[in-house]
Amino acid sequence: MKELVVISGKGGTGKTSLVASFAALAKPLVLVDCDVDAADLHLLLEPRVVSREDFLGGSKARIKPGHCTACGKCEELCRFDAIYFDGPGNGRIGKTFRVDRLACEGCGVCVDYCAEEAIEFAPAVAGQWFISSTRCGPMVHAKLGVAAENSGKLVTQIRRAAQQVAEKHRLDLILCDGSPGIGCPVIASLTGASFALFVVEPTFSGLHDFLRIAQLTQRLGVPGGIVVNKADLNPDVAEKIEQAARPHGVGLLGRVPYDPEVTRAQIAGRSVVETSQGAAARAIRQIWLDVHDRLRASQPPAVGGLVQLSTP
Amino acid sequence: MKIAIASGKGGTGKTTVATNLAHVASQAGATVAYLDCDVEEPNGHIFLQPEIEVERPIEKLVPEVDPARCTHCGRCAEVCRYGAIASLPNQTMVFAELCHSCGGCMLACPADAIRERPRPIGQLRIGRSGAIRFLDGTLNVGEAMSPPAIRAVKSAAQPADLTILDAPPGTSCPVIETIRGCDRVVLVTEPTPFGLYDLTLAVEMVRAMKVSFAVVINRADAGDGRVREYCTRNRIPVLAEIPDDRAVAEAYSRGQIICQAVPAFRSRIAALLEQLKCEGRP
Repeated sequence: MKELVVISGKGGTGKTSLVASFAALAKPLVLVDCDVDAADLHLLLEPRVVSREDFLGGSKARIKPGHCTACGKCEELCRFDAIYFDGPGNGRIGKTFRVDRLACEGCGVCVDYCAEEAIEFAPAVAGQWFISSTRCGPMVHAKLGVAAENSGKLVTQIRRAAQQVAEKHRLDLILCDGSPGIGCPVIASLTGASFALFVVEPTFSGLHDFLRIAQLTQRLGVPGGIVVNKADLNPDVAEKIEQAARPHGVGLLGRVPYDPEVTRAQIAGRSVVETSQGAAARAIRQIWLDVHDRLRASQPPAVGGLVQLSTP
Repeated sequence: MKIAIASGKGGTGKTTVATNLAHVASQAGATVAYLDCDVEEPNGHIFLQPEIEVERPIEKLVPEVDPARCTHCGRCAEVCRYGAIASLPNQTMVFAELCHSCGGCMLACPADAIRERPRPIGQLRIGRSGAIRFLDGTLNVGEAMSPPAIRAVKSAAQPADLTILDAPPGTSCPVIETIRGCDRVVLVTEPTPFGLYDLTLAVEMVRAMKVSFAVVINRADAGDGRVREYCTRNRIPVLAEIPDDRAVAEAYSRGQIICQAVPAFRSRIAALLEQLKCEGRP
């Protein structure tokens, strides 16, 4: 089983559009949307949800106003500025302490040191994840709750589920749509993957961000290749990026020209290879052939080694 | 006034709007601070080309166990909700990347064997770009948690007439950390299905945070009308619609301040700034 992760460092470079195109070319396969924070792949693949499960994030503290004596110990110990003295009164005192759940990082220190045992600490449902069917194969995706934490943990969970789905359906390719950045969800998406495909745009920002994600990927021991999207926007910078990739052992897989057909396909809820024979679609077809060969040559994934890094 | 420039979707133009707003506002005579809070992938410096005056490590506190005092009772590992400390029969191990610096293990240790030591997780830079005060944070590659680095950038900023916080993409903890304490949020989006869907997530987030917000539609003529309809239906003010322009994209690709390269862009940003000032008044 091979796991291909499409990643970018910088946001908005075209990861999801490329993933949907690859899905149409490689079907049947298992899809995973690891961008649990702002998942968009479902907009192109129209998944029909087959099963759904709650995702339990970390616990968050909640002060029971009836029990609070306003001693202030919780506020004193909290390192996250999550405790405010503006909770409702309770007959004995006019005001109680209150936890700002958006600021609470779930460390539980206030819970452990409250003399009145006035603080609840139950695991909160932080989102949901789904196994769905699409025209290209099964898809595992998730919706993280508003302002929820633990996105890395959720990514690890849905990648595991995707591996089980792949085994069950005897599918040998998992294609993951990654998230921007280099932090916990990205580390969780890349750890143990077979191959990382970087989608980079030919801008100085794109170059800067690519170098950081390439370093991370190299450190995690995942081989990679680069696709320069909208390459004709600035051919000089495209060239610079390709040169900068080489010392990281990252070869050029191809260039995709700017093509308004990509946005048109998105508006139609399809991938560009399904709707167009234009320049972008032709380039993506060619790139897929190359990626397919490289995947065959790559080592199988060894998920497990660094997964601990992914839990925030 | 503190304004965060955010978006659900990446690559919609946050940094373009943020750096150009800072540029136009400072030329109009206001004291302006630009804070790059996208510490995983900070790009503001590429456009603002700041002269860096101060550079120092961003540190977070992590526990250090004194083996001479540790009795291996395991209490520290029991209280840690992040699995960042493991108690073995004759050794206590700290996994610093997982630590949230809550101090719980140190409080819980009955043998007083735990101290905290600072551990570098990134770099803070403070400088100037013309009259703009510039601050950015860069998270070290391999670090999983960006909120402590974002806090470090925010706490290093001096008060200014206008503070612009360039947020990371998404809607989870790094974005929340950036927006906390801001007076207003500008959500930059684009008129595509991805732009619209991620905007709805971002709107849910800012509503949950009870911060006043408005929308800027970038590349406004490059997609369809659904973002505009969504904003009208939900009574969300659209402060600017910036047309798609290859000259803007090319200036961006070269790392230029767009206002300097494309004069028409300057007047749009100036109008946006005026809108923000008006909306900011009670």
